[in-house]
Formats: sequence, structure tokens, C-alpha cells
Amino acid sequence: MSIQTIEDTVVKAFPAKPAEVVAFTARARRRFDALAIAGKLASALVPPVIVIALMLVVWQIACSSPTSSLPPPTQVWNEAYDLIAHPFFDNGPQDIGLAWRVLISLQRVAIGFGLAAIVGVALGALVGQSIWAMRGLDPVFQILRTVPPLAWLPLSLAAFRDSSPSAIFVIFITSIWPVIINTAVGVRNIPEDYRNVSRILRLNQFEFFVKIMVPAAAPYIFTGLRIGIGLSWLAIVAAEMLTGGVGIGFFIWDAWNSSRLPDIIVALAYIGVTGFCLDRLVAAVGAFVTRGTTAK
Amino acid sequence: MTAYLKLDHIDKSFARGNQVSEVLKDIRLTIDKGEFVSIIGHSGCGKSTLLNLIAGLTKVSAGAVLLEDKEVDSPGPERAVVFQNHSLLPWLTVYENINLAVSKVFGRSKSKAERHDWIMRNLDLVQMAHAKDKRPAEISGGMKQRVGIARALAMEPKILLLDEPFGALDALTRAHLQDAVMDIHSRLGSTTIMITHDVDEAVLLSDRIVMMTNGPAATIGEVLAVPLARPRRRVELSSDRTFLRCREAVLKFLYERHRFVEAAE
Repeated sequence: MSIQTIEDTVVKAFPAKPAEVVAFTARARRRFDALAIAGKLASALVPPVIVIALMLVVWQIACSSPTSSLPPPTQVWNEAYDLIAHPFFDNGPQDIGLAWRVLISLQRVAIGFGLAAIVGVALGALVGQSIWAMRGLDPVFQILRTVPPLAWLPLSLAAFRDSSPSAIFVIFITSIWPVIINTAVGVRNIPEDYRNVSRILRLNQFEFFVKIMVPAAAPYIFTGLRIGIGLSWLAIVAAEMLTGGVGIGFFIWDAWNSSRLPDIIVALAYIGVTGFCLDRLVAAVGAFVTRGTTAK
Repeated sequence: MTAYLKLDHIDKSFARGNQVSEVLKDIRLTIDKGEFVSIIGHSGCGKSTLLNLIAGLTKVSAGAVLLEDKEVDSPGPERAVVFQNHSLLPWLTVYENINLAVSKVFGRSKSKAERHDWIMRNLDLVQMAHAKDKRPAEISGGMKQRVGIARALAMEPKILLLDEPFGALDALTRAHLQDAVMDIHSRLGSTTIMITHDVDEAVLLSDRIVMMTNGPAATIGEVLAVPLARPRRRVELSSDRTFLRCREAVLKFLYERHRFVEAAE
């Protein structure tokens, strides 16, 4: 209340000037911010750039001898220049840029991981909420989650009789376990008070799920999703190597069969960067969605 | 005359494995409409359990809770609880927290504009309208408790249940909130049951003080009427005869006749 009155008197006493002053300080602060951001960027970028440069130098020296079995960076640059410089070229069905291949793999991941996220959160909520569902399902989950992704591939090929849905299924089955398990832990950890609030308000199951359970468990759910997306990116490359098609995984297998080692190295860089971006994307979405949920 | 709220021979025991521990035994109490009743006792005497029974959050082992002659055995918004640790949902703003309750309780009977007015009126009542867009993490403990009270009041409960509402607050904030609760009680005439372990607080706020014996199998030891006129002012009361006499009676009960013995578990 008192702040209000002080502001009022200031405005009455100096009708025009405060606006100017405010504008000036805002501009000055923005300029200062730009400097600070540049400084932060530099401190974040310079060390990794130095490390990468050093690694390239070591690699160059190690692989420069004529008897070396792997190509040095200069050879990679020269022979795979097309792939590096033109990620989006398109010369027919099997001759496309790496960015296209990554996008095709990403599409499969999006479908498989999207399904895993929906089913995983639902199953995790069930297991976290019901003691009997947990007793029945948890041992099954614990055993199935240790099965390596590619071990599912023959079965899914037999079931779907097509490579693309098989690859998507492998993604699904690989990434669903951490989502289920983390969601279940999150649901089990919902404070009793929140449950009491919902009981006093007589929220029904659906309202409780949407308004209390999902937001309360969101930090755990996003931990699961983040692990899941990492696993699904691991699995897609392996699955595509075996199922063929036009994804980035098959490209590596194809390059190996025609001994194009530099292409493989470029593809590895693509995969790594894409995986990193996926991880950061899920983390950023999680940070945005769960803001405020962890604070007491 | 029939009582507004009646606790009819309530027993409560918890079974853990094959071990049954009796917490409450033969609780009998009637509360009139508009009355402010405090329940006081040493920690572990089951006073929070008693509140949970009235709220319906825990089921009675024997006996019944009757509200307007109807048995209540499940929680509902007509018996709103203000929890000790506020229990606001941290991902919602102050406004949204109350809106969750208001849209559930009045979703059909009030229009959107009416619901908004109702939320704001309750926030005004606890003087928290200015913080309506803040999240619980951004406001102080006392403010959170105010919002918790506003949320409970916004359900328009028949009975307001306060579970040691000021326990986690510092003395000054506590005094402020006690005044706020007294003010709200005098304005709305809400029937209120408050759990507390603070003798001054009980005497200051209550029409009657229910004193619990120590557990196990705790029961109501004595009920003390506080014949002080309202509105009550804490500064004037601090030397008031009746106030001091009531205070002494509670203290004697708690520290002479039913001294707290550290239970050996």
C-alpha cells in the first residue's frame, strides 16, 4: 500500500521526466546484458573449441603415416567434402544429403518415442498408483528392460513383416522402460498432502491425473523422457544398420560395405550432434514445463 | 436441540501387521453452528488423527462423525482443511490454487465471472489479492498459510478445520494470522475446529477448548468454555482476569494432571 502512494506522488511531482529516465536505464541495462552474454558465450565456447582443435591435431599426426588404417582429418575433409558442405542435396533415391537421412531417422524416432512417451506415462502412472499393478507389472518390466534393443529386431521383423515399423517398434520398446520406471517413482513420491487436497475437493480419477499427478510427477517424467530419447537415438542407428532403408544408420553400413571410411566419420559427427540436440531439446522442454514444480 | 457436528463415541486404532495400536478411545463431542473450538494436547495424543477423522481423510474404527445428523465418512469440500504445511500446489499461482477449488465446488452453480469475483473476494479476505499471480515459492510462509485459509474458505465449508495452521510460523506472523482468523470468524461466523499445542492461541481464539489426555487410547479429558467477549484484543487480554484463569486451567491440565511422558516405543 505504501509503495503505491510513493509512486503516485512521484508521478504527480514530475509528470514527464521519469519516463525518460526509465527508458535510459533500460537501454543501458540491455547493452550491459549484451556484453555479459558475449562474455558468457566466449567462456562456454572457447574451451571446447581448443579441445577439438587439439584432438584434430593429434588425430592428424596419428593417422598420417601411409600404413595407417584410418583416414586423417584432412583426407576426411577432401573425400567427404560433398557430405559436409551440402547436407541437403538430393540426387535420387539412395543418393541424398546426410541431413535428409538424419531427418528420416528422426521421423522414426519421433513416432516410436512419441508412442513410448504416451504409453510409458500411462503405464508408469498405473504402476505408481496401484500397489497391485506394481506387484504384477514391475518384475516383468525389470526383466524386459534389460533386453538389448537389437534383440527385439528379429521378433518385430517377423511380426510386422516390414522394416520401417520394425525399426519404430525397436525405438518404442527401447525407450519406454525409463519413462515407465521414472513416472512410477514420481507418482509414488507425490506428497500425501496433494492427495489429501484432491480428496477434499473430490477430484475424480481423470482430474487427479491431469491436475495433480502429471504436474507433481513432471520432474521425474522428464528425467525418464530424457533417458528414453537418448536410448532411442542409440537404437535407431543400430536398427537401421540391419533393416536398411534411407536412414543415417543404414548410410554407415552402406559406407562400410563400399569402404568409404571418411563418410562414416562425417556420419558419426552428424549422429553425435543430433543426439546432443535431442537431449538438450527434451531437457529444455522439461525445464520449461516443470518450472516451479520442484520448489517448496 | 440437535448439534451441528457430533462426534459419537469414536474409536480409532491402527493395525500394523498383527499389532493393533489404539489411538483414540470413546471421543464424544458436540459442536454448535458458528462455534470456534480448539483441540489441545501433547504431541502424539492423536489430535491430528481426530481432525483427519472429522475431515474424512481417515476412517473411524468405531462410532460416527455426524454433520447435521448425517454420517460423514469420506472427505469433501464442506469440511475444508487448512493443512499445517499449507499444501498449496507449487506449479499453480495463488489464484490458480484457489481456482482449482472454486471451479470444482462451484463449477456448475456459478458463472465464470462469478467464480472470479468469489476467488478475489476470498483473497481480499486474507489480504492476499496483491499476490494472486505469484507462485507459492515466491511468497513467505505466513502468506502461504493465508492463501491456504483462503482456499479453504473459498469452498464455503460448513466446517473449517485448521490443523496446527500456525505451527511453522514465527511468533509475529503467527499473531497476525491469529488476528486474521479471528476477524474472518467474526465476519463469516464459520464453525471452526483448530488443532493447536499453543495454550495462548487456544484461549485467545476459542469459544471452547477441548483438552486431550495422553495416548495411547487418548480421549477428551476436559472441555473448558472461554467466556470472553468478542472482539478480543490480545494486548488487553494479556492482563484480563478471565483470560488468565482460562490459561491457567489449560496449563494445569496439560502440565499437572496429564504431564507428557516420553513414550518408550
